Amino acid sequence: MHLILFIMFAGLCLAGALNLLLQKHPINSALSLVVVMTSLAVLYLLLGAEFLAAAQIIVYAGAIMVLFTFVIMLLNAGREERTRGSVSAVALGFPAVAAILAVIATVILKAQDLGSASLSDGITSTEELSRVLFHELLLPFEVTSVLILIAILGAVALARRGNGEEAGK
Amino acid sequence: MTILQFVLFSLLKVLVVTVVLLTAVAYTVLLERKVVGRIQNRWGPSRVGPFGLLQPLVDGVKLFLKEDLVPASVYRPLFLLAPVLALGCALVSIAVVPFGNPAVAPEGFHLFQISDVNIGLLVVLGVTSIGVYGIALAGWSSNNKYSLLGSLRSSAQLISYELALGLSLVGVVLRAGSLNLRVIVESQAGHGILSWNIFGGFQIVAFFIYLTAAYAETNRAPFDLPEAESELTAGYHTEYSSMKFATFFMAEYANMITVSCVASLLFLGGWTSPFGSLLPPPHNIILSALLPIFWFVVKVFFFLFLYIWVRGTLPRFRYDQLMNFGWRYLMPIAILNIVGTSLWLALKH
Repeated sequence: MHLILFIMFAGLCLAGALNLLLQKHPINSALSLVVVMTSLAVLYLLLGAEFLAAAQIIVYAGAIMVLFTFVIMLLNAGREERTRGSVSAVALGFPAVAAILAVIATVILKAQDLGSASLSDGITSTEELSRVLFHELLLPFEVTSVLILIAILGAVALARRGNGEEAGK
Repeated sequence: MTILQFVLFSLLKVLVVTVVLLTAVAYTVLLERKVVGRIQNRWGPSRVGPFGLLQPLVDGVKLFLKEDLVPASVYRPLFLLAPVLALGCALVSIAVVPFGNPAVAPEGFHLFQISDVNIGLLVVLGVTSIGVYGIALAGWSSNNKYSLLGSLRSSAQLISYELALGLSLVGVVLRAGSLNLRVIVESQAGHGILSWNIFGGFQIVAFFIYLTAAYAETNRAPFDLPEAESELTAGYHTEYSSMKFATFFMAEYANMITVSCVASLLFLGGWTSPFGSLLPPPHNIILSALLPIFWFVVKVFFFLFLYIWVRGTLPRFRYDQLMNFGWRYLMPIAILNIVGTSLWLALKH
């Protein structure tokens, strides 16, 4: 049962990712990304990470991708123009992708202390997750939130710099 | 239970709940027309059937028989997908709502709930946040400036108010120690009305934040800017006709019902009785199964009535007021509520 669901949603995820690249219209690409995010959430759920699955849906599929589509709609971005593509991009791009994939795969396969998860694992409750997050990993968690805060402040500062008069309001 | 039995039992529950929900949607529309009519000193629909009770049926037939126009310049795939998405999401979130006391049902049967999920509350929030796409895509694919403006407003409004909505629920979750809606209800079952989160849990501030944010989430007055008829014709569903329009209409009312269900589960103790143990529990098994459902329906009805009352009373917000209110007032108060509740819980232990 788990395996059938895994194959279904992993397939959906890959199909969405391919569609994202192949679609000519930005809104279709954005919606394919929503499909990818949602099927990832199901994969998390299959691994027993229920809170992560819900957070994936609420944060990524619900909030971030709505912002994406919002911006696409606001700018009224049209279809992409078809170009012949550049030879150098193809010549450099594919080897670069292969090299990066190889490096990441080696690192992951060589790592010794990585835990493993299987599809039939029990569900990790939100309580356990928050205990790990707020007891053992408290410092990294707080540092990450400060990092995000800095990014937000930077974005606000950049957005305000353009017109000096309005910023004073 | 074998898998086949489980699937059949679930299908049966889904069927019953969907039929009840859609009937409730139809009659909420009638209730709204009647109540708003009385608020405006007129009768509302009164011709079809006794007291106009058959009006929803006739409305349905009318919408079904209308010509189904698809304008030439729309982006067809998304134009057709949007209403399906809107109604689909509106119907899905009812799946985690517990309607009655699970203790009455035989062991292993979730008789009063389609599925008893650990993260029920998050499922409701997640499905609602996906539902935005229905409205956003409807406006964009219609290729009409009013529709586009309507859906832009709607997306911005939903993103802004979802934050306050989510934060207002944290206090309740902290008190119950679970995201499971059934457990949240059971945590309020002790002493009737006194142990409901709104009174005994001191979540009354969170309750008002939730209610305000939920009105904005469901695009209802006074936050119905996405379909402000005086500025935007009909907003995101301007180009929709016949059953496609009706789909959006049903989605809006189904969302109202879901929001009312969640509000009564989280703040008014769901299916628990307001009298607690003052009234002796009924010995009759049928009565003890039906009484919790009765209390639940009464609470949901109260919220639906409140929706209509507010619509008949308050004028629409201006857009900048809406944004200011969400970000500058609701969100800080919601955060303060979380801090207050956690402090209180920490000191109590």
